[in-house]
Amino acid sequence: MKVYFDHNATTPLHPEVKKEMIAAMEMFGNPSSMHAWGREARANVEDARRKVADFIGAHEQEIVFVGSGSEANNTVLSLFVCASSQCIPGSRMRSTIITTKIEHPCVLETSVCLGHRGVRVKYLDVDQYGKIDLDQLAGMLGDDVGLVSVMMANNEIGTLQDIAAITKMVHENGAYMHTDAVQAVGKVPVDVRDLGVDFLTISAHKIYGPKGVGALFVRKGVPYCPLIRGGHQELGRRAGTENTLGILGLGRAVEMRKLEMPEEEERMLTLKQTLKAGIEASIDDIHFNGHPTDSLASTLNVSFAGVEGESILLYLDLEGIAVSTGSACASGSLDPSHVLLATGVDAELAHGSIRFSMGRETSMKEVEYVIDVLPPIIQRIRNMSTAYIKGGLHAASR
Amino acid sequence: MLQAGEWAYSDTLKEHFMNPKNILQGENTDDFDGVGMEGNLQCGDQMMVVIKVDKEREIITDCQWKTYGCASAIASTSVLSEMVKGMTLDQAFHISPKEVAKELGGLPDHKIHCSVLGDKALRAAINNYYTRNGMADKVKQEQVKVICQCMNITDHDIEDAVLEGARTYFELQERTKLGTVCGQCKDEAEVLLEKFKHIHFGV
Repeated sequence: MKVYFDHNATTPLHPEVKKEMIAAMEMFGNPSSMHAWGREARANVEDARRKVADFIGAHEQEIVFVGSGSEANNTVLSLFVCASSQCIPGSRMRSTIITTKIEHPCVLETSVCLGHRGVRVKYLDVDQYGKIDLDQLAGMLGDDVGLVSVMMANNEIGTLQDIAAITKMVHENGAYMHTDAVQAVGKVPVDVRDLGVDFLTISAHKIYGPKGVGALFVRKGVPYCPLIRGGHQELGRRAGTENTLGILGLGRAVEMRKLEMPEEEERMLTLKQTLKAGIEASIDDIHFNGHPTDSLASTLNVSFAGVEGESILLYLDLEGIAVSTGSACASGSLDPSHVLLATGVDAELAHGSIRFSMGRETSMKEVEYVIDVLPPIIQRIRNMSTAYIKGGLHAASR
Repeated sequence: MLQAGEWAYSDTLKEHFMNPKNILQGENTDDFDGVGMEGNLQCGDQMMVVIKVDKEREIITDCQWKTYGCASAIASTSVLSEMVKGMTLDQAFHISPKEVAKELGGLPDHKIHCSVLGDKALRAAINNYYTRNGMADKVKQEQVKVICQCMNITDHDIEDAVLEGARTYFELQERTKLGTVCGQCKDEAEVLLEKFKHIHFGV
């Protein structure tokens, strides 16, 4: 049996997206050209823009197509430096950015780079469930803060933040608000007006669209400076000839999400509860990561005491099951998941963590297969481990 | 279109991971003549190697192990346990991580330290045997030289950092904090950096 439980990494194309992209393969015109070929491409790009805008409650002109979620996040953080200089005339100079310790590396590493360029970056802590503390945010906000970037749903543990409440505080302090909603859009309702955010990041391949395309919501009237300069595309906000096929795919993907999302949530929650209960019933000394309720219904992150994640991943791979791990060994660095460490899980437990992320095609049969296959694998690894002591799970403590 | 590629690991390594040899069953090590443990859980790998020795001939007759770690850590200890059976203590003591990696059909660069750890655990077990049998004089202390006096960083720390991916002096500093106080050890550290890069990666 082949079981794909790694949807937070990427998703298969939705059959409808695939169909539409194949049908559009012949479309090669440059949307910037005035002739028939160009106009055809332009029409399709703008149609997709309407669909994306409609899906998140934005105005069409507030959607900028980009090459990835990472690019969108880089764009927002990097424009902060421009807002502090002469790229954006009239903008106020503010010297500080606030973000969290559990962001995607594309935010964290860009923040480090900005730090080298004179920007002060402050990092919000999270509690044991991965939630930020609004009081800590209130303490950090001040006249010097220009931008706050907090991810809506965490990719590793699925924890959801209260973006609307955070945005309200940020705006009261005169700063701009960005949320990386790559893992949230298409899984939980996202409406930019309800959230109030100034910038929001979307990626196509996390929601059954193609890779290499994403969208950035930029609220009308907020300061902006392109990351990729030198073209009039996207109203001068992102140079480079548009990825027409990818954009068309993204448009269709959000359209399908709009149709399928509402009925999916309950089913997904049942699958997650079954998986969680199944693991809990058959394996001792485990720790569930992430928030028990404010979390993506499709993501379950578990730490297994005394075992190392890469070996679990590879033994599962041999059984046809795809998952991912917060272990350092799988990534090539020596540090385990920064997200788990931020929630106070100790390094040893973080090394033994596995993320199961389900998707629209995940069936109860697949969940049952995983529940069947996993316990003997954990048993087997623990049997050869120096680190496993039955009942010896040290509770994750800060 | 290409089909799913092979693992980042060799077939031999995969075989040792799927069917590890000589796993120590249970916690009891009383039947063994030497016990060695290396690594730590916070870093994600730890290995224990236990040996039985033919005392007349000083030959290793059995070698078992437990490992907490990734696939290459498990396979490294497994293959090592096969390699040392029948070897004299002296031969076994001098097995290098390179030989373990070679026996496994190669290891990815960032996994070399897994083979280093098994090797260290084996030497610890052999030294433990000597100590237990009144041959403390035979215990071979690894020659360690402190390079950075301020941060107490040894040549072994530098070797480990290289095995874990450090290729430049800056990366070496990032990993070990060496030379971050007075900076006097820079020249010596750079020589060792080049030496270990050459030994382990041929560059």
